[in-house]
Amino acid sequence: MNPVNYLYLASLLFTIGAAGVLIRRNAIVVFMCVELMLNACNLAFVAFSRMHGNLDGQIIAFFTMVVAAAEVVVGLAIIVSLFRARHSASVDDASLMKL
Amino acid sequence: MSFPLLTATAALPAVGAIATAAVPAARRTAAKWLALLVSLGTLVLGAIQLVRFEPGGARYQLTESHAWIADFGVRYELGVDGIGVALIALTALLMPFVILAGWHDADPLETHNSRWRPTQGFFALILAVEAMVILSFEATDVFLFYILFEAMLIPMYFLIGGFGDRAHAGGDEAAATQRSYAAVKFLLYNLVGGLIMLAAVIGLYVVAGTFSLSEIAAARANGSLDMATNTERLLFLGFFFAFAVKAPLWPLHTWLPNAMGEATAPVAVLITAVVDKVGTFAMLRFCLQLFPEASKWATPVILVLALISIVYGALLAVGQRDIKRLIAYASISHFGFIILGIFAMTTQGQSGATLYMVNHGISTAALMLVAGFLISRRGSRLISDYGGVQKVAPVLAGTFLIGGLATLSLPGLAPFVSEFLVLVGVFSAYPVVGIIATVGIVLAALYVLVLYQRTMTGPVKESVRGMPDLKVRELAVVVPLIALLVFLGVYPKPLTEIINPAVQHTMSDVQKHDPKPQVEAVK
Amino acid sequence: MENLIALLVAAPLLGAVVLLCGGRRLDRIGHLLGTVLAAASFVIGAVLFVDMLGKGAEERTFTQHLFSWVPVEGFQADVGFQLDQLSMTFVLLISGVGTLIHIYSIGYMEHDERRRRFFGYLNLFVAAMLLLVIADNYLLLYVGWEGVGLASYLLIGFWQHKPSAATAAKKAFLVNRVGDMGLSIAIMLMFTTFGTFAFGSVLPSATDASEGKLTAIGLMLLLAACGKSAQVPLQSWLGDAMEGPTPVSALIHAATMVTAGVYLIVRSGVIFNAAPDAQTAVTVVGAVTLLFGAIVGCAKDDIKKALAGSTMSQIGYMILAAGLGPIGYVFAIMHLVTHGFFKAGLFLGAGSVMHGMNDEVDMRKYGALRKYMPITFATFGLGYLAIIGFPGLSGFFSKDKIIEAAFAKGGTEGWILGGVALLGAAITAFYMTRVMLMTFFGEKRWENDADGNQPHPHESPRSMTIPMIVLAFGSVFAGGIFGVGDRFLKWLEPVTGHAEGDSPVSAMTVTAATMVVLVIGVGIAWAVYGRRPVPAVAPRGSLLTRAARRDLLQDDFNHVVLVRGGEHLTRSLVYVDHTLVDGVVNGTAASVGGLSGRLRKLQNGYARTYAVSMFGGAAIIIAATLLMRAV
Repeated sequence: MNPVNYLYLASLLFTIGAAGVLIRRNAIVVFMCVELMLNACNLAFVAFSRMHGNLDGQIIAFFTMVVAAAEVVVGLAIIVSLFRARHSASVDDASLMKL
Repeated sequence: MSFPLLTATAALPAVGAIATAAVPAARRTAAKWLALLVSLGTLVLGAIQLVRFEPGGARYQLTESHAWIADFGVRYELGVDGIGVALIALTALLMPFVILAGWHDADPLETHNSRWRPTQGFFALILAVEAMVILSFEATDVFLFYILFEAMLIPMYFLIGGFGDRAHAGGDEAAATQRSYAAVKFLLYNLVGGLIMLAAVIGLYVVAGTFSLSEIAAARANGSLDMATNTERLLFLGFFFAFAVKAPLWPLHTWLPNAMGEATAPVAVLITAVVDKVGTFAMLRFCLQLFPEASKWATPVILVLALISIVYGALLAVGQRDIKRLIAYASISHFGFIILGIFAMTTQGQSGATLYMVNHGISTAALMLVAGFLISRRGSRLISDYGGVQKVAPVLAGTFLIGGLATLSLPGLAPFVSEFLVLVGVFSAYPVVGIIATVGIVLAALYVLVLYQRTMTGPVKESVRGMPDLKVRELAVVVPLIALLVFLGVYPKPLTEIINPAVQHTMSDVQKHDPKPQVEAVK
Repeated sequence: MENLIALLVAAPLLGAVVLLCGGRRLDRIGHLLGTVLAAASFVIGAVLFVDMLGKGAEERTFTQHLFSWVPVEGFQADVGFQLDQLSMTFVLLISGVGTLIHIYSIGYMEHDERRRRFFGYLNLFVAAMLLLVIADNYLLLYVGWEGVGLASYLLIGFWQHKPSAATAAKKAFLVNRVGDMGLSIAIMLMFTTFGTFAFGSVLPSATDASEGKLTAIGLMLLLAACGKSAQVPLQSWLGDAMEGPTPVSALIHAATMVTAGVYLIVRSGVIFNAAPDAQTAVTVVGAVTLLFGAIVGCAKDDIKKALAGSTMSQIGYMILAAGLGPIGYVFAIMHLVTHGFFKAGLFLGAGSVMHGMNDEVDMRKYGALRKYMPITFATFGLGYLAIIGFPGLSGFFSKDKIIEAAFAKGGTEGWILGGVALLGAAITAFYMTRVMLMTFFGEKRWENDADGNQPHPHESPRSMTIPMIVLAFGSVFAGGIFGVGDRFLKWLEPVTGHAEGDSPVSAMTVTAATMVVLVIGVGIAWAVYGRRPVPAVAPRGSLLTRAARRDLLQDDFNHVVLVRGGEHLTRSLVYVDHTLVDGVVNGTAASVGGLSGRLRKLQNGYARTYAVSMFGGAAIIIAATLLMRAV
């Protein structure tokens, strides 16, 4: 199969994820959408790796997974403590930084 | 390695500033004495510089050079020429008088709590300014100079905003508002200037590959550095703008009357007699030396702006109702003369401009400090609140008059020599400009004598009755300054000898020669 | 011997410094110290004079170089002195009359608590004036020039608790500064033309310069002279300067300082000789002032202001003579010296009268004083006869010569100038007779002063009368000593040069004409003020009289145009500075503040908004990259 098709899929996934981040208010969903974007990138990396015939893309994909895992840990912890404090997981409620 | 005299001259007040700031709250007087001693020590070091400096020697002397930020070719490079050494001497000389004059200006009010230490802060800031100003006169590395040029704004900001004049018509609240307005205005004006200069400094590095004045001069001499005309002009404008704000040149002057009006008299002296001199000094050192062609290109416009400064500053001084603002506008007029002398690009003009910087420092200090003593007695800066002071405080009036006469450049006092040199220098290159500038001497007489007449003569006003005459501490401030004005007016030779070679160097930088007289006169 | 020259200045300068810085301790001996030091100057001057007389005409120029003042590449200003016959004449006049007036002031200022300071200022004046005349270059002359201006400022405003005195002092200094501007431009012109401003270099090479340059220099020097010597159009300060103590008016505003302009022109004679246009300007200024001062002098009721008008007019004569070139230089200086004697004497006499009349200055409140003040009357009378040119007295010799020289100018110019000079002589006779009659003759018109004290006119103390007597001697004999056998001419000729003009009328005719106008002037004055009693309140007078009382409206002009105009200008500039120049700055600051206030609203705290801008930014960057690649 033509590897370019994987790139189309990756950009589709990325767009879905980006739209989710922008539109949804539930922190968990936003979070999942971020993961979706990360994975879309991973897919693209792997596809490029295949197209160029070297392993660079695959290595970066592993890096991304590690970073994503770490991010999940920190992010979920924040969301949980936020939920405990406010009984809501809506990102719009957390706008205290506004002047 | 020889003793790093230049570093020491700047380091002493810097260390002194830290030490003064560290003095405990209760030992206020000790802090004052410490600051005074440090400033006197700096004066001694400045005097040693004057003695060690050989007028016939190399252009930059007593040089020091150490690597600093090697990656960008920034070096800690110091050296003084005749102009620098004269201005360092001026700075070091004025500081003890500034400190002595401001002896009680920062005493804590009764409302303050006992741990509050304004006195220590005040004197520490003054010493910090001194350290930075001296080092900026010594720096021969553009980047080092830039850092100092900007850094001295910080202590000045606090000196203006934090220790304002307590004599204010509108009460404490209005005073505080005015003061912070003046301080912020001072800071913003100078920061904008500095920012534009920063761009030019970076641009210079891109073009020349170094910040060192001596390296740039060498590269210019052997032809390896050839700036495009437009590049040179843009860089020149970037530098000049910053210096013109600092100097200040019309129309960038409006921060000065606010700052000098709101600051205490000693701080006002610090602004106009010392810090502003960095601007005019830098025009000579950086604009003319680094960008000679662009300087010549910009000369017509700068001469016109300087002329406007002279006449405009003097006319506004006539129209002021506030003593300190009047002196501020007079200073603007005088800075016009200095800039005129620098850009006339004749030997007499530049020697005159350099002498002018020194003489203006001393004469303004004398006038401003006496004005400060007067204001502190009555608690008002308005001219209309005084009248007939001569009758009750003759010594104060007499010293005020002498300070005023120096300001109007009376022959026999130092400013006359420099003003006349500037006028002759300008006249020989640009006769019309010279003649218009001469109008300034009439206007100077007007604002000085009007000020004197309204405050000192006439019937004694009720509000000044019983005003005490100058005290010993105040006399110790004023008398040496006046003596110096007379001495330099009669015998300026020691100073001109030091300045002359530096002026010759600058003249050869810009490749200008004095116009020849029309007739070969018999000798 | 030549090393004594510096002492001429040093002695009074020392006096000034000691007296002004010495404090109250010196109050008791201050006046004596000041007088002794002024006298010391005179003695040194006399010693030098004797020494000079012993030498041939060629060797009479003494020089002394003290030190290099402003050594700057290509600019040589030295402190050096040059004492030649011209300077010597001035040195003797200044220190001699100066010493007499010091002595006079001991009595006149006896009750003033600030007498010590008064003597300090007087010494300062003598030092500056001597410096002015013995300087060997124009820049040092300028120092003396402004120095006398300062001394004059301090002395006019000596009673500075009076607002009028303070204002008059300020006005004198300012008007003088306008003149000084001329002098400094002249020096600058000399520097660009000759590369120097030492007398020894500029004057011998003056003829090498172009006439245009020399004319410019000459006109600028004339402007300077107008300021210092109170010539039209810068004459307005002299009348007000009479606010100062009378000895000051006698010394500074009659005998010495105001004649500095004449010195300047005569000293620069070579320049004027080569610039005929400038010379014409000088004669015009002299002639106009001659009449102007005389007319003003006729209308004033204040005795000192009448004399001030007269001073202006007499200096007009001198300036006129100086403008005539070599035919007039010597006579300008000769008239200057004789005028120094009789005008100082007249002022001291006026001071003596005021001293006896509770400081009343209005002549309409005098009258019949000759019986009460015989010495004052006698000395004043001799001064009066001298100034109107009574045959045999000083003024006769000097003024007559000037009138002759004016005719000798030749052509229409000569007739006009000669005619003006003659007319001036007639008016002089008129107004001086008027002063004489109103003060010493007629009925008593005394009034009590503001405090209700009745005047008790009495002769002044001896310290005051002796100087008056000495000056009266000078007024009587100086002209004869100078004029007979052309002694003064021979003395000064080596310095100033001299030429006999080509006069269309003989000297005898001129003298006769002068006598005729003299008699006419005195006669008219007697008809108006001698035969009839003088009204105690000034009559309204004709339009001209009223204008003359107001200094021919020149002050009003100055007030409306310069003072008012200047006030409006400064006030509007203050406004412009505040609203326009500062307004631009504050406006920029405000608009930056406004913009950031608006931009701040973008920071609404919603994570999504930030994400949008992030995505948007990323999209733009990618698009830009692609676009760049495509191009």
